[in-house]
Amino acid sequence: MATNMLTEKMRTCLTTGLNIDLDAQRFIKVNAVAAVVSLLVGAVAAILLALTRWETVGLLDPIDYYKVITLHGLNMLVFWILFMEMAILYFAGTTLLNCRNFSKLLGYGQFALMVIGFLIVNYSILADRATVMMTSYVPLKAEQEFYLGLILFAVGALLGVTNFFGNLYIAKRDKTYKGAMPLVTFGALTAAIIAVFTIVHGAIALIPTWFWSLGLLENAPDGAWYRLIWWGFGHCSQQINVAAMVAVWYFLATLTTGARPLNQTVCRMAFLMYILFINLASAHHLLVDPGVSAPWKMWNTSYALYLAVLASMIHGFTVPAAVECAQRKRGISGLFGWLTRAPWKDPGFSAFFLSLVIFGFGGGITGVTLGTHQINIIAHNTLRIPGHFHVTVAGGTSLAFMGLAYYVIPLIFQKEVPLRKLARIQPYIFAVGICVMAIGMTLAGSLGVPRRHPDVDFTGAKVAVDLGDAAPFLAMVGIGGTIAALGALIFCVLAAWAVFIGKTNKGVMTSWQTPEQTKLTMQLITTSWSPNEKGLKPKGTVVLTFIFLATFAVYYFANWKALVDVWPVK
Amino acid sequence: MSIHNPPRKWLEAPHGFERLWIGIALLWCLVLSAAMPYWHFKGKQTSAGEAYTVKPGQFEERVSRFVDAYQVDEKNGLPVVAPPPGSDAYLIGKSWQWYPILKLKKGVEYRVHVGSGDYQHGFSLLPMNMNFHVVPGYDHVITLTPTETGEFPIICNEFCGAGHHTMTGLIIVEE
Repeated sequence: MATNMLTEKMRTCLTTGLNIDLDAQRFIKVNAVAAVVSLLVGAVAAILLALTRWETVGLLDPIDYYKVITLHGLNMLVFWILFMEMAILYFAGTTLLNCRNFSKLLGYGQFALMVIGFLIVNYSILADRATVMMTSYVPLKAEQEFYLGLILFAVGALLGVTNFFGNLYIAKRDKTYKGAMPLVTFGALTAAIIAVFTIVHGAIALIPTWFWSLGLLENAPDGAWYRLIWWGFGHCSQQINVAAMVAVWYFLATLTTGARPLNQTVCRMAFLMYILFINLASAHHLLVDPGVSAPWKMWNTSYALYLAVLASMIHGFTVPAAVECAQRKRGISGLFGWLTRAPWKDPGFSAFFLSLVIFGFGGGITGVTLGTHQINIIAHNTLRIPGHFHVTVAGGTSLAFMGLAYYVIPLIFQKEVPLRKLARIQPYIFAVGICVMAIGMTLAGSLGVPRRHPDVDFTGAKVAVDLGDAAPFLAMVGIGGTIAALGALIFCVLAAWAVFIGKTNKGVMTSWQTPEQTKLTMQLITTSWSPNEKGLKPKGTVVLTFIFLATFAVYYFANWKALVDVWPVK
Repeated sequence: MSIHNPPRKWLEAPHGFERLWIGIALLWCLVLSAAMPYWHFKGKQTSAGEAYTVKPGQFEERVSRFVDAYQVDEKNGLPVVAPPPGSDAYLIGKSWQWYPILKLKKGVEYRVHVGSGDYQHGFSLLPMNMNFHVVPGYDHVITLTPTETGEFPIICNEFCGAGHHTMTGLIIVEE
């Protein structure tokens, strides 16, 4: 046992053998609960939005639509994700380092400020005081408490990050672990470092805006300046999500299949590249903006070379390759036997693997393509943009976090997940819904259907516009969005049921896998073996990555072709 | 191990399939990186971001001078303005319409100055689906050449308040 852990303040997990600090456990629990509450709000909003954009239903009137989309954006993209990330930081900084929590005070401060921020912002939106979208582009003006709530939330997150750094410090000082930190903690550290400069950008953009809303500044901040700085916050925060999501991939790959990375250096370098090569890339939100030149746009989106993209492509190989080698170690053969005989009924595995595939094939390919300077002309602010980020943040990050929850509930809350059959199919419901919706959005957006628009009727406009061709695609958005939101709601119900009225499992997790699978997985986790042994070559992963590259190339060049057909412009 | 400390000497070069994939991914990134500058010189579509700061009211003035000088017609209560071929045109987004209607000649290059009278707007020309961002305080010069005749609606695709979904405009292109 570690020298800095007090016996009465920790427990040993009976399932994994890891030591868990009880303070850290409390903070993991409260943050996870707050995350699920945010997800619940966001999912209810999502159903309303989906049923509005489905033209045949057209549920909300425009004013309510704008309000609900602001609500949806902030609860999903900011509150749900960041509360989950706080929980991950407590876990990665204590349990995986065999260390106690650094500071209870910072923990309470983090949680209190973030909850207060969450409450203020949601009150402000629901009371019709902040219908400004998540981005709150100036000179649109919300009531002052909206900005204050966001600032408090961000400061809370910064306290959580500080506590995590404190954990790394005391763990190193007290030598609670030998050698380098585990890969999952390294990934979480990447997310935490990116979080620091992300939050600084948010403060620089939002504090003057808050002063202006209070009347302390006469003029709103410059709109172009605001967009530049705000996206240093808005985009980099998505990179926190990516880093945290990849760390969760490695974590769930190990817990569900016993996988271990083929090469620690490669995985860590790829994480490091996220830190080094992502901040200026937020320029890809300004590709058709006034005031920034073409060379500026090209340099900053690609940083001269797409090294953050390269990092994701590396993880996209190393994670499935690790799973494949672990499966082969069990004696599973054939090119894709490792996939067909994977534990698909384990929601921790299915959520993680679907997240990997959806993020790579959906989010990655569309993201790089839309973020190409000239191609952005035929994509900016169309429905193609939410079509992209719903397969990164929802189908990728959110789904991975749901998979994580299927292990956090039994291991940290020590509760049984109810309705286990439903839990096993929940990741599939969510994944199918998100994919149908995102494809619908992408196709509708290609016809010019704008984002942040309640309908395509243009009722009351002086010049009529006909976007009727998009109707079937918008129906896909409505149906897919509703299915995905139901998937998220099922998750919320299962989680809330387990946590508040669920049966205790007395510290021993009921495995999601068959006894035989579980035994082999535990063996692979606890015994010494190398994925680089002879006969374990990840051939299936190589084939998958080449299919990925071919898909990427086809989509990418098809977009250049589409660009050729529009009017010459500069 | 992802959740345990790595072996003491974890620093090692990639090998086998992993090295192959990193190499191929790097090559693909080089292709992606080269594509943008290539299109900048060889392609016909780019966003140069040419823009000039304007004081409040200044851009509105330029638009009304432009309308007074070249108005040729009226349609749906909006002036239809035909600038001399190859010259400068002005378009303002303001709650909640694009003003005025522009009448351009096919195959001629125009410098279209797009600005905002209030909030941020999204200039979205249909059905080509060409999109540019419009920020108050900036005169965004979009140099474009219509290549087909007809009526091309403009919508707004950046949220600009309660009437955002009714904000439209029009560019008419003639031979």
